Amino acid sequence: MSSQITNILITGIGETFYMVIVSTIIAYIIGIPLGVIVFITDTNGICRNRVVNVITGFIINVVRSIPFLILLVAILPFTRLVVGTTIGSTATIVPLVVAAAPFVARMVESSLKEVDPGVIEASKAFGASTWQIITKVLLPEAKPSLLVGGTIAFATILGYSAMAGFVGGGGLGAIAVNYGYYRYQSDVMLITVALLIIIVQVFQEVGIRVVNKIDKRIR
Amino acid sequence: MIRLEHMQKTFSNNRVTTTAVKDVSLEINKGEIFGIIGFSGAGKSTLVRCINLLERPTSGSVYFQDTDLTKLSDKALREYRRHIGMIFQQFNLLAQRTVIDNITFPLEVAGVSKTKARERARELLKIVELSDKENSYPAQLSGGQKQRVAIARALATEPEVLLCDEATSALDPITTKAILALLKEINKTLGVTIIVITHEMKVVEQICDRVAVMNQGVVEEQASVQDFFLNPKSETGKKLVRSTESSQASVPKEPYIRLVFDGQASSEPVLADLILNSGERLNILGANTEDIGGSAYGQMLIERPSEAAMEKIRMYLHKQNINFEEVEVTRGE
Repeated sequence: MSSQITNILITGIGETFYMVIVSTIIAYIIGIPLGVIVFITDTNGICRNRVVNVITGFIINVVRSIPFLILLVAILPFTRLVVGTTIGSTATIVPLVVAAAPFVARMVESSLKEVDPGVIEASKAFGASTWQIITKVLLPEAKPSLLVGGTIAFATILGYSAMAGFVGGGGLGAIAVNYGYYRYQSDVMLITVALLIIIVQVFQEVGIRVVNKIDKRIR
Repeated sequence: MIRLEHMQKTFSNNRVTTTAVKDVSLEINKGEIFGIIGFSGAGKSTLVRCINLLERPTSGSVYFQDTDLTKLSDKALREYRRHIGMIFQQFNLLAQRTVIDNITFPLEVAGVSKTKARERARELLKIVELSDKENSYPAQLSGGQKQRVAIARALATEPEVLLCDEATSALDPITTKAILALLKEINKTLGVTIIVITHEMKVVEQICDRVAVMNQGVVEEQASVQDFFLNPKSETGKKLVRSTESSQASVPKEPYIRLVFDGQASSEPVLADLILNSGERLNILGANTEDIGGSAYGQMLIERPSEAAMEKIRMYLHKQNINFEEVEVTRGE
């Protein structure tokens, strides 16, 4: 394999990490509050509010229903508005965040649902406010589960990022599309696939190890 | 200390309305241990949650030292909750926090500085005898130890009242005894008023001063524990007192005497004395006594002897101040 291809692949890995990590972080910045809102405003939540719950849930479901490839194209004007361009890695971050944030919100919600309701009740009995329950009880108690969710979100966003290769996004996905699909260089395609598998494996493994380390429910 | 006035709690979902607590009025005095007993589904847990407004009563008032808690703002209510500690059947400790950080939780929430909170937590750990477990996590503790941590946590803000919701129901008999002894000690030494919700007669027997019997959301009777054991008035009360009889053996078919031991005396010499006094060979039909700190608690069923012997027995029991009941026929279900 030529050194040129090697360089392209190295750049591709860098771009992929850049897109996926930044998107995951922003998706969580948006997704955690959304997930918390959906959780606490639910019928049995600590801050029941049917209107907020239904509206938030509806928005999340709508965005989640749109296939990523279509969302990618559909929000191109929005992407240009935010980052000034529609091609390249940075431009890919916008649709990745839009697609991932509702997904993350649902993951956060399901992690919070795992928190023992008795513990929430006890916190209330000791005079904790809603904000204190969220910051001192819900999120810390759900931390291991949230981290597991994080590794899943990472793998999902990585998968989405490869699709962005078709519409001018950067990273390993773009390399696979440009060399493997358009130029019939299946060896390059295979290498990118292998690299993607390795990245996902490493992240899953690291994630699980961290979770086992921090989860105090395990003796 | 705490006064419930015509408190009512109804739950409604999908057009089905259930009344969990029906027009309950109770007064709990400062410094006493008050038991609320009933079978599952009697509304006890809802009732206790209405005291600190984890459940908001549909109507009626909850007075805590002359303040109607139902009229308070959310913020004021949170302040008042610091005066009312609570422990639970499932302990409800924060799994991701160490023992000491669990105990400091209520103080943290109240805005107490970390050093002060830890100092207080260490004092409490001494009271519950778990000083060596300061940095353990709940998953590393036994059930009894978890409940001790929960008790320490509930006492962190120096509450005047402690609510215990089936606090010993998930524990084995020996641990139960130890936890009840700890609660009694806390009541005595710290003067904390304790409200105990339970379905177990032995809990009422061992620590309560007064008891209320609940059935289908209604408080059917209230009495001192002694009076209740001797002479339960409500149907549910009778069933509960008798449930401890029938758990030991089948309920006797013959007329019998029921002796109630309430910690005043030790059970063994009593029986020996009874036999010597009456001059008759008494037959034990069943017994459920426990020795707690050298005193006997529980009851014993003895076959009713001849009337002549009975007279002597009555005299002896009166003299010894032992409560008893003569049961003529089986009051079966």
